[in-house]
Amino acid sequence: MAETMAAEGTVRPTALAVAAPTGRRRWPVYAGRAALVALWLGSWELAGTYWIDPFFYSKPSQIAVKLADWFTEGTSYGSIWLQISYTLQEAVYGFALGAVVGVLLGVLLGRSRFLSEVLAPFIKAANAIPRIVLASLFVIWFGFGMSSKVATAFVLVFFGVFFNAFQGAREVPKVIDANARILGASRLQMMLTVVLPSATSWILASLHTAFGFALIGAIVGEYTGADKGLGMLIAHSQGTFDSAGIYAAMIIMTVLALLAEAVLTVVERRLTRWQPR
Amino acid sequence: MTQSTPAIRLDRATKVFPSADGGSFTAMREVTLDVAPGEFVTVVGPTGCGKSTTLSLISGLEPASGGHVSVAGTPVTSIPATVGYMFQQDATLPWRTVVDNVALGLRFRGVGKAEARSRANDWVQRVGLGGFEKYYPHQLSGGMRKRVAMAQTLITEPDILLMDEPFGALDVQTRELMQGELLRLWAGSRAAVVFVTHDLTEAIALADRVVVMTAAPATVKTIVPVTLPRPRDVDEIRLDPAFLALYRQVWDSLREEVEIARTKGASRG
Repeated sequence: MAETMAAEGTVRPTALAVAAPTGRRRWPVYAGRAALVALWLGSWELAGTYWIDPFFYSKPSQIAVKLADWFTEGTSYGSIWLQISYTLQEAVYGFALGAVVGVLLGVLLGRSRFLSEVLAPFIKAANAIPRIVLASLFVIWFGFGMSSKVATAFVLVFFGVFFNAFQGAREVPKVIDANARILGASRLQMMLTVVLPSATSWILASLHTAFGFALIGAIVGEYTGADKGLGMLIAHSQGTFDSAGIYAAMIIMTVLALLAEAVLTVVERRLTRWQPR
Repeated sequence: MTQSTPAIRLDRATKVFPSADGGSFTAMREVTLDVAPGEFVTVVGPTGCGKSTTLSLISGLEPASGGHVSVAGTPVTSIPATVGYMFQQDATLPWRTVVDNVALGLRFRGVGKAEARSRANDWVQRVGLGGFEKYYPHQLSGGMRKRVAMAQTLITEPDILLMDEPFGALDVQTRELMQGELLRLWAGSRAAVVFVTHDLTEAIALADRVVVMTAAPATVKTIVPVTLPRPRDVDEIRLDPAFLALYRQVWDSLREEVEIARTKGASRG
């Protein structure tokens, strides 16, 4: 039972990062990427100007104007920085909470055969719930404030991290476990010096996708009902048929996710210095 | 053999494992063996006969299914603090540097960080890894990792040293080097050693007594005392006529068991 429990929700610890081009092909690669962006935006702009209706599909210049407007004049709900910081706070709190609880429970259950066997069906069932629906419930429970969004981000983050931490804790090589016990490790020492480091690469792999989930959670939460945040801006843009606004908010969110990814990559490098590269 | 309390006493120790098909598999049957303090005992036997199980019982990693196991006169119920164990596979922590790996046993036993470090540094030198303190295990060769494991085990100054084919994965030259190193370090510690191997040369070169085990389920077949003088030179000793006589004696005893194990294996698979 416990074996199958892990297999489902895990993300394999692989390098998902886009490789930075190196060596002689560096500049051609950058040039190729720039050309691709120019082609994509140029053709969209052209199409939006001559063939398709920019009211529905918008076009890059309109989106740029919208972004400039948001950053200079502010949105109709206040400064754009206020919206960004609001959404970011919700995502970060949800992420931190989900990651900590996910790691703790995952490692604990990974080390306890009994607990994991008892809880396996419940966790599987909980994981099968389309959790995004909970956002509606959380708005009823916690209101339109920040906590309902943090809760949505939390449930999205928790399961991914939990399953990976669980798997990581189970994959401590038997001989390393035995050796540490012979050397006199107590249960707590075992957790801190053996199990957690051993599960690190599994946990880190899940954290990469988890921050994306935290942002989704925050935004869907805001979309469901809020008075601030990027998700609220999107909901408002939809309500006023402002497709440029939706795109603009999307771009801001993408930038946020990429920045978070960069931070996580630095943290990961630092925590896995011991691994062969 | 001394008259004092044996360092290790196995009294009709038996180990039965549940097997995958719901039945059971007897790995060890009524093994009786005393090891005196400071004695070096090697254990040989056919592959898969349950030699390693003996070490698991002494170390307290596995409980005995029958009979008694005691260490320094105390029945083994959990892992005794005075036991050191060197495994066949790499058991060092890949995320710790050489010196931190060596210090591990001291840290677990509550020694302060600075003192554990300095004693670990000392042991790193003693096993000949000076200069590699800050390296991670994956940056070392197989032989060097064995040296780390050796220092990691010996730093806790065990009275009993259990070794499960520790040099089995090394190439011949490195293995001989490590055998010499082990004898040198052991001579300074005077721990009782139980060393499992399937290499007869190694078994005789290191031991005070060679225990020959039967095919599974393992039990003691014969015990051959090795009276070659110490300190020994592992490279030279194998050419000694007395060594060759011992080799023949051990091999004659072991050969039958190897054949039994082989026919069993053939009929099974």
